[in-house]
Amino acid sequence: MHLRPFIVLAAGLSLAACATTPAIDPAEGATRSPFASTYEPAPSVPTLIRGATVFDGEGAELANADVLMQDGRISAVGNNLAAPAGATIIDASGRFVTPGIIDAHSHLGAYPSPSINATSDGNELTQPNTAEVWVEHSVWPQDPGFDRAVAGGITTLHVLPGSGNLFGGRGVTLRPVLDAITVQEMKFPGAPQTLKMACGENPARVYGSRNSSPATGMGNVAGYRQAFANAERYARRARNAAEGNGDPPDRDLELETLAGVLNGDILLQWHCYRADEMANAIEVSHEFDFQISAFHHAVEAYKIGDLLREEGICSAMWADWWGFKIEAYDGIRENIPFVHAAGACAIVHSDSEVGIQRLNQEAAKALADGRRAGVEISRAEAWTWLSRNPARALGIAEETGTLTPGRRADVVIWSADPLSSYAVAERVFIDGAQIYQRDADTDPASDFELGQSYTERAQ
Amino acid sequence: MRFFSALVMAAAIATPAMAETVLIRDGRVVTNGAAGIIENGDVLIVDGRITAVGASIAPLRGARVVEAQGRFVTPGAFAAMSELGLSEISGSGAPNDADMDGDLVAAAADSSAAFNPAVTAVAVTRIEGVTRAAIAPSQTSGLFGGRGALVSLSGEPDSVFRRNAFMVVELGETGASRAGGSRAALWPAFEAALRDAREYPNRYRSGQGGAVLNEIDAAAVQPFARGQGMFLVHAESAADIRRVIGYQRANPSLRFAIHGGAEAWQVASELARARIPVILDPLANLPDRFERLSARLDNAALLEDAGVTFAIAPAPGAVDAHQARLVLQLAGNAVANGLSWDAAFAAVSRTPAEIFGVGAQLGRLERNYLADVVIWDGDPLQVTSAPTAVFIEGVEQPLISRQTRLRDRYNPTRNR
Repeated sequence: MHLRPFIVLAAGLSLAACATTPAIDPAEGATRSPFASTYEPAPSVPTLIRGATVFDGEGAELANADVLMQDGRISAVGNNLAAPAGATIIDASGRFVTPGIIDAHSHLGAYPSPSINATSDGNELTQPNTAEVWVEHSVWPQDPGFDRAVAGGITTLHVLPGSGNLFGGRGVTLRPVLDAITVQEMKFPGAPQTLKMACGENPARVYGSRNSSPATGMGNVAGYRQAFANAERYARRARNAAEGNGDPPDRDLELETLAGVLNGDILLQWHCYRADEMANAIEVSHEFDFQISAFHHAVEAYKIGDLLREEGICSAMWADWWGFKIEAYDGIRENIPFVHAAGACAIVHSDSEVGIQRLNQEAAKALADGRRAGVEISRAEAWTWLSRNPARALGIAEETGTLTPGRRADVVIWSADPLSSYAVAERVFIDGAQIYQRDADTDPASDFELGQSYTERAQ
Repeated sequence: MRFFSALVMAAAIATPAMAETVLIRDGRVVTNGAAGIIENGDVLIVDGRITAVGASIAPLRGARVVEAQGRFVTPGAFAAMSELGLSEISGSGAPNDADMDGDLVAAAADSSAAFNPAVTAVAVTRIEGVTRAAIAPSQTSGLFGGRGALVSLSGEPDSVFRRNAFMVVELGETGASRAGGSRAALWPAFEAALRDAREYPNRYRSGQGGAVLNEIDAAAVQPFARGQGMFLVHAESAADIRRVIGYQRANPSLRFAIHGGAEAWQVASELARARIPVILDPLANLPDRFERLSARLDNAALLEDAGVTFAIAPAPGAVDAHQARLVLQLAGNAVANGLSWDAAFAAVSRTPAEIFGVGAQLGRLERNYLADVVIWDGDPLQVTSAPTAVFIEGVEQPLISRQTRLRDRYNPTRNR
């Protein structure tokens, strides 16, 4: 909700979580992918949450229900579950329990607090195609924003580079591991990498102002197409070489990323506001035969809900941001519920270090505005915008996003109906381990904040 | 025939409804005054003003009766700081009267001269229950941001109801960066500017000129430098706020309010003693600036405990031209972090009116107050709530904006 123009410019990132090296792996003899996840779940004990109103993340609401977590996974959800021996039992009567929130669009760590020139690390604005960069290499694990996000019920977040380039680079799906020293400790294990692309005003402004291409919408599309044409040739030569036909191409980090999109290893996250520009992007995806995972911001997604459903493309949206530039002029409060009503995949995202702390309120707005416009949505269905659908767009839906038995136990206990202004996250679990409790008297998680006399000299 | 009805429709939209006599009956009436919240209360509106508030008011002859059915009935919200009405679109190289470089005119910038009541965002904001706003543009240089104005969101030509309502001045990190990079230069520059203003016009006519201000700006600052208006100071850190408190103590005729105040909780009792009000952002909890290292979510609750007068609005840097409607969400979040509901609602209605000197006319549902009244479908501080009726000075406003027109055009639940 705090529109920081710089962040808006930087709106979009790509995930680079599991560090799979696509198609070509010249690192012969390597026993481990470069920058692979070293994430380890925190130690957990079997935990039974009792007597809560549960949104299961698949769209169902269960009254007076229990959630059992064992070995870091959801073990059971239902009424009157038996506690295993030695289990911690939490009385959650009057409380609400949901899957943890997944923010599909964050810049935490790459644009951290404090925000100064040296920390503004999220957009390699040196040429319009920087598909070779990985935003994880800009993520500062000590960003105090991670700690604030957890307090808002965030259990997974997707950090993207900014949107000033046609190809911004690879994004990364992270766990908010508050004592992490390296970014590898935060990387969601097995999460696919992503690529951030951008439509519209931002790349055309950045490069047009330098009197270079792209300066226009048509320059943007030409830039996408030429890059994917180059990537097709690169991927073909690599494939041929693997089959014993000819030499492999010289390794090219930029083309390696795009080839990963073409073969489906890297999930495409495309910053795009206007309906007509999303339609053009879809044409590009057809021409080069790749799938778009999600349009980000997608302020006009409500105009093309049917097309987005048919294409199987998610839309990651704000509840009510609008007007800060002309491609956001047609923003309406019913964007999210209208996309949902069309049967397309709707996601509530933040693109903000402030908004990420209360995405539940953004979903609440969208739910209420949708209902007022005549869209029938239950509050448990609205929760799919916060966990299941972003998990889909990030390729981690088999691991998290719902309270389905076997999934990672990423769970939030809320003080009240979380689709409200007054509810707060009381406890947050990741992989079955409690990583946050409200009002716990703990030192700040970030080294940056530790020992600041500013905060310690309270009245 | 079709042409005729189109004409009638157009006239109905273009002609403002007349202020009528309205009795709002059986509401949960938030008076913001001594009567507190009146359950099953009535509000009588005559000629744009509230003439009675209480239980079981007899309807006047000819009064239109609006049944509130137990819903919240409140004063209209007052956006305590906004760029509303100063731009249709902020970026994209579109014309934007909210942004100025200050080369020609800085302190003298008059936001009332830029406010356009027809800007789309005015209706977008109005239908969310915000009926008044304090507006000021953003300067990209200099210590003074210019003169703020108070506006109604009626969309009428006379929307500006107070010019020169306050003078924005940067006395924190931003001010330091503009005064050569250091607060060491900032404060002498500010004091010199006030001297220039007090000595206007003599030093300019004598040819001496200003030490800091040009003649135009000196004339604009003069009433504020003489204590006839309020400086709205952008300051966040406890250290910067203390300097303002100290300066005010040494210059008791001057009037200050703090905008930002992320670390105000650290100097709460001093602010209370100095009677300096604060306009704060309850979502500001990140150390995103070095002047906000101890920002925390319960800032408002701590100020309430200390007896500081405060209003709620976005922090400097987060103020914008399109989302003034979110002040109610900000207030709700303050409640989630310990602030009382009554103080939170007052902080987006009564207190802004009081801080800006119009508290005798706006911000309460009491006799003789201007009839800015909103009926809500739920708790107004809940993000899920929306107005079912908005009155500004007794005139019921259509709940229509460009956004609702787009909504209706693309609503998938309707046949198109």
